[in-house]
Amino acid sequence: MIQLTINDQIQHFESPINVTQLIDCLALQGKRIAIERNGEIIPRSQFTEQILVDGDQLEVVVAVGGG
Amino acid sequence: MDNLIIAGKTYSSRLLVGTGKYKDFNETRAAIETSGAEIITVAIRRTNIGQNAGEPNLLDVISPSQYTLLPNTAGCYTVDDAVRTLRLARELLDGHSLVKLEVLGDPKTLYPNMVETIKAAEILIKEDFQVMVYTSDDPIIAKQLEEIGCVAVMPLASLIGSGMGILNPWNLQIIIDNAKVPVLVDAGVGTASDAAIAMELGCDGVLMNTAIAAAQNPILMASAMCKAVEAGREAYLAGRMAKKLYSASPSSPVSGVIASSGS
Repeated sequence: MIQLTINDQIQHFESPINVTQLIDCLALQGKRIAIERNGEIIPRSQFTEQILVDGDQLEVVVAVGGG
Repeated sequence: MDNLIIAGKTYSSRLLVGTGKYKDFNETRAAIETSGAEIITVAIRRTNIGQNAGEPNLLDVISPSQYTLLPNTAGCYTVDDAVRTLRLARELLDGHSLVKLEVLGDPKTLYPNMVETIKAAEILIKEDFQVMVYTSDDPIIAKQLEEIGCVAVMPLASLIGSGMGILNPWNLQIIIDNAKVPVLVDAGVGTASDAAIAMELGCDGVLMNTAIAAAQNPILMASAMCKAVEAGREAYLAGRMAKKLYSASPSSPVSGVIASSGS
């Protein structure tokens, strides 16, 4: 069991997962998002190779209306 | 053609608009189309986890292929938050590096914290971002921001969202006169005449959001702002007549006026 903090919410997963799997779990497939892991950007090209581990802090963002 | 050039890219519109505070995406899209703006600001926010997975995304409405998107750091009060937000924005927008930096100092006034803004700008410029920077209307700070490599300097006319118009045209004039990069008024414009005045002062452009979005009829106000920015620019280029206090000069000939005879 691993624990990830995603946008300040704690979520548990059975085992370590890669970023693509996380995106599937969050139903964010095909969405325009960007992800930061422990303060560092995860480039989209590394979504399958980066394995998330217990304690990781993630930020998942989108573009919204703003001035 | 009288174009606006920012970081080497040419734009025909000198009006930049935001995408916040609209009733819905349809209104957002209609207002932006009517404004004629080519540079459109967006904010970067956490996505809702586990909710509204099917809800439409702003970028489905405002296409990055059709507009130059300008991600901002609205809501950031520290160097770290602002820099992280724009790194995320660059990843989100496929390496797009033109950004609007603002580091706020106080939630009540949303006045910029210029010490932190300069620090954030230096970091971002080192990382090859093209930084358009929201600033106070202090001419010394504005010049410093230019010297460290910001691609445009954007002083406030008055507080963000206040609609109070141009409170210190004299400072704006000094900033414009000293600048070698584009100067855009950002924040405080309330109505069309404010935008025209900014342009008549010699600003290179105007960035606004609330003045359009919070108008009773946002689409009509977007149209008004488009015209005001164009009119103000033309008046600036035309060069206004000198003001002549207490020295009236008739527009019609003084001779040949009929007069009653025999007096």
